[in-house]
Amino acid sequence: MKRFRGFVIKEFYHIFRDYRTLLILFGMPAVQLMLFGYVLTNEIKDAKIAICDPSKDEVTRRISDKILSSGYFILEQNLNTVAEVDPVFRKGVVKLALIYEPGFAKKLEKTGKANIQIIADASDPNTANMLVNYASGIISNYLVTMNTEKVPLRIIPEVRMMYNAELKGVYMFVPGLMAMLLMLISALMTSLSITKEKELGTMELLLVSPLRPSQIIVGKVFPYVFLAFIDAVIILVLGRFIFGMPILGSISLLLLESFLFICMALSLGILISNITSSQQVAMMISLVALMLPTILLSGFIFPVENMPVIMQVLCHAMPPKYYITIIKSIMLQGNGIEYVWKETIILIGFTAVFLAISIKKFKRRLT
Amino acid sequence: MPVTSVNVQHLTKRFGETLALDDITFDAGKGELFGFIGPDGAGKTTLFRIMTTLLLPDAGICKVEGYDVVKDYRKIRSICGYMPGKFSLYHDLTVEENLNFFATIFGTTIRENYDLVKEIYQQIEPFKDRKAGKLSGGMKQKLALSCAMIHKPEILFLDEPTTGVDAVSRLEFWEMLKRLKRSGITILVSTPYMDEAGLCDRVALMQNGRIMTINTPRNIIRNYPLSLLSVKAGDIYRLLGDLRKYPDVHSVYPFGQSAHVAFHGPDIEKESLEKFLNKKNHDVVEIMQVEATIEDCFMELMKTPGEVINH
Repeated sequence: MKRFRGFVIKEFYHIFRDYRTLLILFGMPAVQLMLFGYVLTNEIKDAKIAICDPSKDEVTRRISDKILSSGYFILEQNLNTVAEVDPVFRKGVVKLALIYEPGFAKKLEKTGKANIQIIADASDPNTANMLVNYASGIISNYLVTMNTEKVPLRIIPEVRMMYNAELKGVYMFVPGLMAMLLMLISALMTSLSITKEKELGTMELLLVSPLRPSQIIVGKVFPYVFLAFIDAVIILVLGRFIFGMPILGSISLLLLESFLFICMALSLGILISNITSSQQVAMMISLVALMLPTILLSGFIFPVENMPVIMQVLCHAMPPKYYITIIKSIMLQGNGIEYVWKETIILIGFTAVFLAISIKKFKRRLT
Repeated sequence: MPVTSVNVQHLTKRFGETLALDDITFDAGKGELFGFIGPDGAGKTTLFRIMTTLLLPDAGICKVEGYDVVKDYRKIRSICGYMPGKFSLYHDLTVEENLNFFATIFGTTIRENYDLVKEIYQQIEPFKDRKAGKLSGGMKQKLALSCAMIHKPEILFLDEPTTGVDAVSRLEFWEMLKRLKRSGITILVSTPYMDEAGLCDRVALMQNGRIMTINTPRNIIRNYPLSLLSVKAGDIYRLLGDLRKYPDVHSVYPFGQSAHVAFHGPDIEKESLEKFLNKKNHDVVEIMQVEATIEDCFMELMKTPGEVINH
């Protein structure tokens, strides 16, 4: 036990004396969270629009007011003719143009029908789509309030976005970010720290000592369990208090699941370091084989349901997917273990398999 | 022969196509300072790694203090001290932390075995708060030796401990080994420097994975079968070529600033050689009969691979 303690103390020295490690450990969660929170947001706020209103009557003014007061749009420019739309778009500032036909109100009154054209800058298709949806939503809403008695039969779908009523991006990226960062810190850091000993030649000395392989492995990963756990807490606290991410379920269950995920990632890190002997290779494997799938295939950014079948199958082999499912369920829906036990068991299974392979493959000798 | 500490029989190790160790057999006695001398690639490191249980031999038997390196590797790991080729220390830990760490993993403390490493460690103790990565080669070497010694091993394996270290530190290091030997510890050391052979009790000369001879340094020199002349002249390169043309010459090779010429038999005609060289327009500085060194023996053994005699 004393030997083990000495080993762990040495590991902490390594970590706390390398400012780059510390930066990755504690700077990255904050930076990533801020990045995803403020920069890479896919919500629309204050999109610049242009309006071409040749009729300038009461109805068109009211519709324009509605749109501009919604919070999504800001009027950049009033256009006189439709022909001006193209040059305005080319400047790149205006994302959406609203064009009323001449005599809008009169036509509406007479025929019960008038046209508005919405033109969007679809060089960014996602944004364009969203803006068009917002704008047409506002317009049809206005129509409903305008003349209730004239249209006798109507079906109004009452949409309610459960668990994320405002469709906020945080709800998506906090769980995703937790999975990504815990994976990175646990797997990358441990695999690097073990291969570093191999490169330095100190692994030779550790092997030619009475330390057991299991003591070496556990001693190596122990500090990272601890540090990754602190990171998980940092992300949760930042997410909760800066971005207002709700934590409806039990916090202890959430932390316990995070702990399980950390163990899974650590055993993966050990596995990587067992099959490589240089820090560079370990880093490449960790980044390419762990980070990319975590970001792309875990449902973090792209919904799994939309992928081709082969990719979907692949997605199910990605441990982070289960972790993201679990913590979303706990945080957003307030679910207990009875809803996530399946995913939990799958994570335990992954951990056990990785650990078993690592221990079996750990070399008590050099080759 | 006194009690054996290391017993190696017909040890063979292959890395793919290359034969790293080819039928190695030797015994090292208890308390002996046993040296392995040979150039890079002779198989010294492979042999040390097998003896320290880091590699498995392909064939043959290797026993350290009676324990088999394959079966009883755990036993060996707790009784041997090992200093790998490059000084494997933690560069981001201080001198004291390094020593402390190696003491701890062997279940001991610096204080408990301080006497053992005192002489070596005292020399680097003034720098005990310095990071190991910032030490000079000589200091790293001393620290690495201290780390290998701190758990009071019965046997020390030092793989090229003097490579990359300045001449003064090398000499100091061998002095330390001599003193360590007095405490009864068996020391196996490898080195590419021929001049260090004389400091060992017995040496094994290695080349291409084979031991060419094992003997005391004095006996190796005594068994040198040839007569040796050292020749110095202005143009050493041309001198070597011309010497090879001289009749009855067995071998010619550069030796520092001069050329060593080996002849069969005891009769050496210095005068006729000088005449021969003068005729070829060499400004001969000196021709001297010299006693063979280990390096001369090594060169000779490389030419005539014979039976290994274990004395």
